[in-house]
Amino acid sequence: MLRQKALFTVTLKRSNSFLIGQRYRQSTWGNVPQAPPDKILGLKDLFQADDNPNKIDLGVGAYRDNNGNPWIPLSVRHAENILYNTEKEKEYSPILGNNTFITCVQRLLFSQDAYGRRLLNDGRIATAQGLSGTGSLKILAEFLRRFNPEGPVMLPDPTWANHKSIMQYSGLRTETYRYYDCNKKSINIEGMLDDINMCKPGTVILIHLCCHNPTGADLKLEDWHKVIEILHHKELIPFFDSAYLGLCSGDPIKDLKPLFMVNKAVVEGHLPTYLLAQSFAKNMGLYGERVGSFSIICSDKSEKQRVNSQLAQIVRSTYSSPPCHGSKLVSIILSNENLYSEWLTDIKTMAERLNSVRIMLFESLTNKYHSDVDWSHLLTQRGMFCLSGLTRQAGPKT
Amino acid sequence: MSRGFYSENIKQLPPDPLFGIKTRCAKDTRPEKVDLGIGAYRDDQGKPWILPSVRKAEKLLHESDDYNHEYLPIPGLKQFTQLAAKVILGDDSKAISEDRVVSVQSLSGTGSLHLAGEFVAKFFVPKSSDESSKATIYVSDPTWANHIQIFEHCGLEVQKYPYWNAATKSLRIKEYVETIQKAPKGSIFLLHATAHNPTGMDPTEEQWKVILKAISDNGHLPLFDCAYQGFTTGSLAKDAWALRYAIDSGLYSFPGVLVCQSFAKNCGMYGERIGAFHVILPEHNQALNSAVFSQLSKLIRSEISNPPGYGAKIVSLVLSHPELRKQWQQDLITMSSRIMGMRKDLVAELQRLNTPGVWTHITQQKGMFSFTGLSPSQVQELAEKYAIYMSGNGRASIAGLNPGNVKYVAKAIDAVVREGN
Repeated sequence: MLRQKALFTVTLKRSNSFLIGQRYRQSTWGNVPQAPPDKILGLKDLFQADDNPNKIDLGVGAYRDNNGNPWIPLSVRHAENILYNTEKEKEYSPILGNNTFITCVQRLLFSQDAYGRRLLNDGRIATAQGLSGTGSLKILAEFLRRFNPEGPVMLPDPTWANHKSIMQYSGLRTETYRYYDCNKKSINIEGMLDDINMCKPGTVILIHLCCHNPTGADLKLEDWHKVIEILHHKELIPFFDSAYLGLCSGDPIKDLKPLFMVNKAVVEGHLPTYLLAQSFAKNMGLYGERVGSFSIICSDKSEKQRVNSQLAQIVRSTYSSPPCHGSKLVSIILSNENLYSEWLTDIKTMAERLNSVRIMLFESLTNKYHSDVDWSHLLTQRGMFCLSGLTRQAGPKT
Repeated sequence: MSRGFYSENIKQLPPDPLFGIKTRCAKDTRPEKVDLGIGAYRDDQGKPWILPSVRKAEKLLHESDDYNHEYLPIPGLKQFTQLAAKVILGDDSKAISEDRVVSVQSLSGTGSLHLAGEFVAKFFVPKSSDESSKATIYVSDPTWANHIQIFEHCGLEVQKYPYWNAATKSLRIKEYVETIQKAPKGSIFLLHATAHNPTGMDPTEEQWKVILKAISDNGHLPLFDCAYQGFTTGSLAKDAWALRYAIDSGLYSFPGVLVCQSFAKNCGMYGERIGAFHVILPEHNQALNSAVFSQLSKLIRSEISNPPGYGAKIVSLVLSHPELRKQWQQDLITMSSRIMGMRKDLVAELQRLNTPGVWTHITQQKGMFSFTGLSPSQVQELAEKYAIYMSGNGRASIAGLNPGNVKYVAKAIDAVVREGN
């Protein structure tokens, strides 16, 4: 009894900001430390608090039009109208997502190449609806925690700031492989290959499929060949993150080319599996609706069923089933020929504007301001981001 | 073949008990089939029902100039979480006016319970003398089929407290309180705020006072799971009585109160996944509020980045627009009274058939469900012979009954009960 009291006293002393009053209150929450603001989303708060009329937000990855405003793709506007006029119910989605959605997503991602189609027909691909990219990465991470707890997850250096949190909060160890050479402003392919070559079997290698975040520097197809070779020889598990499909070349099918190579390797027996997290946040402008997918390549149909049952249990015990609104919009767009074409045009519009801004920025820095820095990486990088090379001091004054 | 993680150790898990019923029922081609499985409201034609208040809110949203799909902040739509807190704690809540409430948006009820589990597992200092022991959460016996795995997933120890006396169909209040007294200090007690799932049997006000006092006297942390506010009686205030009493009466010295709130049923927003998680702290402490909020945000960011926007915007409109709010109150009365009516009709029919047994518990029970008292084998027979689906523990979703099927269901129950006798 005395010992318990002593414990309470120690805890109370540690948390000196608690009002004690006359009643004896245990400082139950004494060990809740203040967490720092999010590295990326925290910038938005700073931006909003800034009263400078000339402020510019180059922080969060959300597409803006030429007037700096959020832009809803036309295909999405049309899908919204269709849904609004036809929706009869807001029932629970199945745990792994609506069947129409899954079929549409599998068609988009895996039926564009012969090898992908083969994997689909063989019933080897377990696909489910996830909460955009983050939620999809999270469920796959939880799956890895259960079935591959030893293998660390290798992240490219640098990578999206949230990758590490997602993996570590799921109980996975993370390490990095060399990816981007900040001095040369290009991919350090030799460094990457050396680093993944050193990995033990069962190590998970996370690779951005295209439009690498934050550098915009992507692997060339011949680099992919070399990477796949090592994944095969060293028995590594590839984990692809696809958040920008279509925003690299303007054509989502073209941006899937690396995956076609991987599918070939799987069908030919060189790679037993891969994981894929995919988001519709950017390429359909559905950011806040949180819609994406996660897929695991299995050895056969029966394994797919077992894997699905495990994925379902993870989902059911964390949020039961995914949000339906965004997935209904995706299903409408992907299953309607006209809307699908419209969507392809929308993606092209976004990619072209992003690339034209890169060119304008390059020309301005080089020809107008005669920067003594080489900005040509702006022209070769793709996607929403560019690693500017600016140091921390050049950032916002906090 | 070379290494992969998938192999013999990936076991086939059985389908979820509740979603699994829906799947089996959907596959059943018999025209007389009745789905009394999953907890989703149906109208008197047996169809899903989008609430009129929700339809009106959707119209407003779609016609508004600033409707878009931008990311919500990590902890969710602030207007939504503030309104949600008022709905559950009351407009005149002391906890809110004293700034002791930290609220975040969640993925409906399940997502909220998950946040509660993760938060408690990380930050609730167990009061037992063994510092290394896991925090223990006590759930009612029986409880919602999904509760236990939610908390086990978060690394909590799960125990049960006696609740339902199957023989007398009443609350095992004596053993309940004994369990509270014997539980290691600083345990968490999961309480169904209203319309207990699956039994439909709630403690009386007097019983609640006894339970809450025992929890407080023994240094435990109450966690209210509130998925049916407004659904039980049609009144938000009545249905939140126990929770508000725990928080505002000033009689208890809980280390905090956790509230998991779902709008799935009372707004018919099932698939949109809209809910909230509230941490009510015993005293005002700005630094602690901020610390708790920041940690919940960090957790949310590492799992989903930010929650879905659509459901939050709709519910915000319903709650904030006086006309829509009024419509919503009406919608709650429509749903709760239709269910109460169906309870009466089912019992009347069973009595008319002179079905063996006592059936009045069906009208006494509250909310969406009735713990019928049917055995697993009787439930199975109902499904196989009569295409009537309910949970294996005898839990029937009364919302699935309507004038078109209630006589059929009563007849089938009568048949399986007689067969058993």
